[in-house]
Amino acid sequence: MIRKISAAGLALAVSATSSMAATNISWWHGMAGRNGEVINEIATKFNAAQAACAITPVSKGTYEEALASGIAAFRSGEQPNILQVFDAGAATIINAKGAVIPAEDLITKAGYSFNRADFIEGVRYLYADTEGKFVGMPFNSSAPIMYVNDEAMKKAGVEAPKTWEEFEAIAPKLKEAGFIPLVQSQLTWQFTENFFSRNNIQFATNNNGYDSTKGTELRVTDPNLVMMFNKLKSWKDAGYFGFYGAGWSDNQKMFEENKAALWIGSSGSFGGLQKTAQMPFSADFLPYWKAIDGAGTNTFIGGAALFAMAGKPEAENKCVADFFQFLTSAEVQYFYHKATGYVAITNAAYDMAKKDGYYDKTPVAEVGIKQLQLKSGEWSKGYRLGFYPQIREVMEREYGKIFSGETTVEDAFKTIETEGNELLARFAKTSG
Amino acid sequence: MKRVQFSSPLLPYLFLAPQMVIIIVFFYWPSVQAIQSSFYLEDPFGFGASFVGLDNYRDVLAGSQYAGIALFTLVFTVLVSGFSLGIGLLLAVKADGVIRGNATYKTMLIWVYAIAPPVAALIGLMFFDQHIGPIVKLAAFFGVELKIGLNFNDTAFAMIVVAVWKQIPYNFIFFLSGLQGIPVSVREAALVDCKSGFRRFWTVILPLLAPTAFFLLIINMTYSLFDTFGVIDVMVKDKAANNPITLVYKVYMDGFRGNDLGGSSAQSVILMIVVFALTIFQFRFIERRVHYN
Repeated sequence: MIRKISAAGLALAVSATSSMAATNISWWHGMAGRNGEVINEIATKFNAAQAACAITPVSKGTYEEALASGIAAFRSGEQPNILQVFDAGAATIINAKGAVIPAEDLITKAGYSFNRADFIEGVRYLYADTEGKFVGMPFNSSAPIMYVNDEAMKKAGVEAPKTWEEFEAIAPKLKEAGFIPLVQSQLTWQFTENFFSRNNIQFATNNNGYDSTKGTELRVTDPNLVMMFNKLKSWKDAGYFGFYGAGWSDNQKMFEENKAALWIGSSGSFGGLQKTAQMPFSADFLPYWKAIDGAGTNTFIGGAALFAMAGKPEAENKCVADFFQFLTSAEVQYFYHKATGYVAITNAAYDMAKKDGYYDKTPVAEVGIKQLQLKSGEWSKGYRLGFYPQIREVMEREYGKIFSGETTVEDAFKTIETEGNELLARFAKTSG
Repeated sequence: MKRVQFSSPLLPYLFLAPQMVIIIVFFYWPSVQAIQSSFYLEDPFGFGASFVGLDNYRDVLAGSQYAGIALFTLVFTVLVSGFSLGIGLLLAVKADGVIRGNATYKTMLIWVYAIAPPVAALIGLMFFDQHIGPIVKLAAFFGVELKIGLNFNDTAFAMIVVAVWKQIPYNFIFFLSGLQGIPVSVREAALVDCKSGFRRFWTVILPLLAPTAFFLLIINMTYSLFDTFGVIDVMVKDKAANNPITLVYKVYMDGFRGNDLGGSSAQSVILMIVVFALTIFQFRFIERRVHYN
């Protein structure tokens, strides 16, 4: 609450300092804590850098709450200029034709040039349409990476694994050294969506849902995915994998407290982890299965993007375009990358960070961006699936049941496929 | 009773107006909207809505999870209402009998009511935390492994404990004032007639408490059905996964998190019907046995 008040106070101060003539634009987001503060800092920087526009960021709670508020506001004609929408909600907003102005159109209309190749490979597709046109402007972008407890590796006398095969080989030694060999924080994002991209396997029909909402179906009974979860279950039974529920931090805690050897987290976790980890740590790419043909491809971005809402006056849209230009400038991207741990989304910002020697001092910060830039595959570009937040809820429920022994992996994925396909069919009807 | 006459026939309506406006804006209007959108399948942003008749209701009721969630909601409501009424009554009877320092006892028992449900849940969550929770450690000492957030029954247990704990003071206040409203002469007459304290309570005190108990029964059922939302939301930490949830939480998950307006409207209409039926049942069959004097 105090944070919200201070954010509001800052927003007020921001709008008060801008001149009366400035065009005001609003920005609703779903970030809290340090990441929310950084958003206010970026807004202050933008307002100080020019006089024509004044941006006011407003925190709407979590990602889900921000999307729900944005939708409710749009329906009553009170929408903000910019709405932050998270990865799983991308299909909801992109399929609502007319709710947003594609970021690329907005920017070119304002007289700026827009080059998709300026952006790093892993961020180009998740918020773009089938032709590759940017609908949302990628903002906070993260990749699922593996954090390594250096102390545990030393004690067990092993190297951090690159593949799951290598992990299986070292897990007994890590366990013997007194550590839980593996923990993770989000089975849906890290072991499902990104399992498909890292191992280059099709996630859903219709080109992972990008081509059409009609008749799109999940392919989660894929034998490789079933194998992955059977492995996780057997690792858990053998004491090689710790599962502490669907909550992110309950799992992260085991790593922070030096009880776990490897943790699959987010590249964006790095800032916080530096303060909370009780031991030295490093990071590496999300492991993949060597045995799967063509595996080892890049992952796609998680996090969220900014969408320019439709139905706003021209002058305000111009300001939104100005802000997007400002946001994607190398300096601001580098600042954001350093302040939060989210990856820099443009090649220019990445080069700037490299030249500045940032990665020599903190190599962990480069892992996420490198993973996004690995060679891409046919199925590593992400997905576009409607009612996906609900599909994730179905997955979370079934995954919980797998580890509490209430269901088998095979049955769980059959249930996810059936219920997920029903939701996709429902979504196709709403957007049809 | 003396009949009060208003000088103008419009005046009573004027007095009623503020209340009616609030009810219409915050209750009737949203209800009508919910009923309407439960017959449509709608794009979240409101671009297109197609009439689907009863499809939403069919999808909801045929959903693989709905029956299970409804069953849990029933069990949860019965247990939470039962325990919080029972314990509240027991404490009230005991506090009523205390003569020395009874203000202290009452304050100690009542203050919990001042805690907001999410805060109560946060406190409960700390007690039941899988890493540091003292109750989890206590259970482990007795050889019971509590896995809140991982095991359905363990999480249900924790939710019920927190929801009951939060509601006891409310029931306590009402039962206590109900008990204190029973005339001393009646109690003394009962004391002359019957030696057994339990029987006196059962045959004299409890029937006189019936109006209070009936009122509390309705309040506790709506509390368990609706007001425990905050407790559940905090306990499942935003991710329900395989943990127990109630019907209201499902409405929230599908409507606010999943943006499925038609489906969640159908669910809330079903809930409305359930509450409506429950209220009629209570007033027709239970209230008949309650004597007001």
